[in-house]
Amino acid sequence: MNYITSDLKVVGSRPIRPDGVEKVTGRAQFGADMRMAGMLWGKVLRSPHAHAKIVSIDTSAAEKLPGVKAVVTSKDFPHIANEEAFVGEGPMNFRDLSRNCLAWDKALYEGHAIAAVAATSQAIADAAIELIDVKYEVLPYVIDVEDAMADDAPVLHDDLFSAGVDPKPAKPSNIAKVVTFKKGDAEAGFKDADVVVEGRYTTKAVHQAYIEPHACLCSYNADGQVMIYSSSQGHFMVRAYCSKLLGIDLANIRAVPLEIGGGFGGKTLVYLEPVAIALSKKAGRPVKMQMTRDEVFRASGPTSGATVEVKLGAKKDGSIVAAKQVLKYQAGAFPGSPIGPGCMCGFAMYDIPNVDVVGYDVVSNRPKVAAYRAPGAPISSWAVECAMDDLARKLGKDPIELREQNGARNGTKTHYGPTHQNIGFLETLKAAKNHPHWKAPLKPGQGRGIACGFWFNIGGESTAGCHIAEDGTVVATSGNPDIGGSRASIGMMVAEVLGVPADRVRTIIPDTSSINFSFLTGGSRVTFATGMAATQAAERVVEDLKRRAAQVWEIPVEAVEWKDGKAYPAGSNAGAFEPLDLATLALKAGRTGGPIGSEVSVNAQGAGPGFGCHICDVEVDHETGAVKILRYTAIQDVGKAIHPSYVEGQIQGGATQGIGWALNEEYIYDAKGKMDNSGFLDYRVPVASDVPMIEAVMVEVPNPRHPFGARGVGEVPIIPPMAAVGNAICGATGLRLYDLPMSPPKVRAALDAVAPKMAAE
Amino acid sequence: MAKHHVSAVINGEPTEFLCETQQTLLDVLRDEIGLTGSKEGCASGDCGACSVIVDGSLVCSCLMLGCEAEGTTITTIEGIAQGDHLHPVQQKFLEHAALQCGFCTPGLIVASKALLDENPNPTEEEARYWLAGNLCRCTGYDKVIRAVMDAAAVMRGEKAA
Repeated sequence: MNYITSDLKVVGSRPIRPDGVEKVTGRAQFGADMRMAGMLWGKVLRSPHAHAKIVSIDTSAAEKLPGVKAVVTSKDFPHIANEEAFVGEGPMNFRDLSRNCLAWDKALYEGHAIAAVAATSQAIADAAIELIDVKYEVLPYVIDVEDAMADDAPVLHDDLFSAGVDPKPAKPSNIAKVVTFKKGDAEAGFKDADVVVEGRYTTKAVHQAYIEPHACLCSYNADGQVMIYSSSQGHFMVRAYCSKLLGIDLANIRAVPLEIGGGFGGKTLVYLEPVAIALSKKAGRPVKMQMTRDEVFRASGPTSGATVEVKLGAKKDGSIVAAKQVLKYQAGAFPGSPIGPGCMCGFAMYDIPNVDVVGYDVVSNRPKVAAYRAPGAPISSWAVECAMDDLARKLGKDPIELREQNGARNGTKTHYGPTHQNIGFLETLKAAKNHPHWKAPLKPGQGRGIACGFWFNIGGESTAGCHIAEDGTVVATSGNPDIGGSRASIGMMVAEVLGVPADRVRTIIPDTSSINFSFLTGGSRVTFATGMAATQAAERVVEDLKRRAAQVWEIPVEAVEWKDGKAYPAGSNAGAFEPLDLATLALKAGRTGGPIGSEVSVNAQGAGPGFGCHICDVEVDHETGAVKILRYTAIQDVGKAIHPSYVEGQIQGGATQGIGWALNEEYIYDAKGKMDNSGFLDYRVPVASDVPMIEAVMVEVPNPRHPFGARGVGEVPIIPPMAAVGNAICGATGLRLYDLPMSPPKVRAALDAVAPKMAAE
Repeated sequence: MAKHHVSAVINGEPTEFLCETQQTLLDVLRDEIGLTGSKEGCASGDCGACSVIVDGSLVCSCLMLGCEAEGTTITTIEGIAQGDHLHPVQQKFLEHAALQCGFCTPGLIVASKALLDENPNPTEEEARYWLAGNLCRCTGYDKVIRAVMDAAAVMRGEKAA
């Protein structure tokens, strides 16, 4: 059923989230909060070298240390084959993931896991790590993406031959894949253009920087049954990876989802769980592992740093006739950067007849990248949206109007294939243009920028349930870890269908053995896809309740209607009966067919794409180069906000992460290929005093493929901020900055470079 | 080496514990006493997820040794509510949806309570600078600041809870 035009009572309201009280009182159980009797502490030995052959590992001294119960290396993992995995978000390979969890023959980045120990205390585990003797043969290394593409670059993998190149290259290289998209004839388009803008933009690797470090507690029992308690974006994902990496049947692994302390894509793969299981198996005791912040930075995440060249050509009237992009993304030590979505998203917002995009997925001696909110899109759009601003300036056009003129609408064919349907980009731009922020006056020295963002959103396999307890209260189940309030939104959709208040529904996330499969929490899919399953589960329950009422009244089921949580006879012809509410029907369940409940699995299609437009005002301190965000408005088509507060929260949080990416965040490497800023003091995420209130404006163009019209909302808001800030800096100073982050030293250097010229003028 | 025997009042309860010299107060709270509401996000005093109040001062419990707690009075997130009666800061965090993942929330709530104990009428800027030691990666701080300002108004008696 579709409720888009219905009079909704619960959906669209702002009830208190079901997991709220335990989170404000400190009782919520996150990854590191679990304990078990007899539990050991596991620790990982990590490579001090950016690139080295592992000649030998001698663990004998560590094993002899009192309190040490197990030591593992990659020899304790099966040697699995090169096989594509579709378990996580983005491209992944089971063999590569195994090698990332514990290095096989080479350490490929500083921080790469080499061996692990389990001991009776953390202090003993730390001491044992020091006693493992690893002989390395240090190899030349390469950190930056264009260096890694050079002919004479040190090659990380001697079996890696660039995919997407015909004929297959004769020798291995660090270029894992070349991706191309073509539409029309870009060269002819540029010849036809009156105005051309171009630029070469760079970004640095940035970390998702969830505040909760990775943590798990695993127990391998003598009968081969495994328990995993961990914090992740998908307990079915954890189960699948552990099964494959260790050769354990899926049904013998029970993964329990603990509360997740932020993920943003970074918890869509495993680092610790397979290692903890291997240690537990060897020690015969449960093993708990948790990363330090230093390990989180050095060995997990981040997303790609990149180089992006962009060129746009337009007619004098503003219509864009040609666009070109060359993108080079760092993958880290193993193939799998988000180059695909990077190649698609930059121009996906515009109707351009001639497009040419080439992307490179490039390995180097850095930690393997992980998904990060709209993977690939922010990097690509940083370049395109700055170029759009330059184009507007050159044409003398308003930047929003330039986007309206060229903006994608229903029926626009993208350069990567699909045709846009049911999108709300123009509505989003209109809301931006009409927002008071866009019209507010600026003081001298201040600048305003806008930029836009696009994300596909995804659906996929999801399971949810709806169970009526014996007293008529409701338990909803979701197969997806709740990362930003999905228990609230799923419970609200169930409540709406059942016609009961939101607080009558308690939503929980069962373990992998207690609910059917769900793909992981990512791609902004849970409220869409799992919400669809939950809606259908509640609808089945309503049908069943009507059948039961009909049975009690001895009338045909067609003569029963369900509204406001009660069964009513449908009209006077059906008979005169007192309505039956949930509690009464639950009480009679034993006499009407037994327990009442439903679990529905779907493969949801039709996730409506999301578009956003951000407006940013800045002031630049010419003495220090510091950029202050004065005002920020984030406008987004959200389809239908199920719980508006958590939709706003996604937008505000994503925008703030983008502001961090724009102004401060970056992986800094020293001359030996080691990360130089692996803590929150030096890797500076935005703090409360860095940002103003972030005004989230929700545009609602319903997605007809979702029962309530919802679109995914979590990814889009991180895409526009970098260019919105960059364009605002350009407005304030007249300077176009091409390199992220636009941190004080870089801004100051750019100001200094033009200062003599400006003084002379 | 023998462990230290430490006595402190934690959340109103006289508490004794044994700890090793190198164990931080955070380690003691989480691993020895079982108060896991205080979180470890960095262990270097940069994220504030382990914030507790020691003798009236807001501290990162990862920067204080367990044995330094001798004779102190400590409030952790588990001691902010009175039974099932939530503190106004907790209530306003819920009402304003000032949490998403909830991992930084205990530290933010402890830090916000400490702010309002010291300054019942903060400006938005004062609240932002006070909470600058508590990283939140989910919310962008907007709803957090609104919750704190609203809780302050309730605590001043300017509006009903």
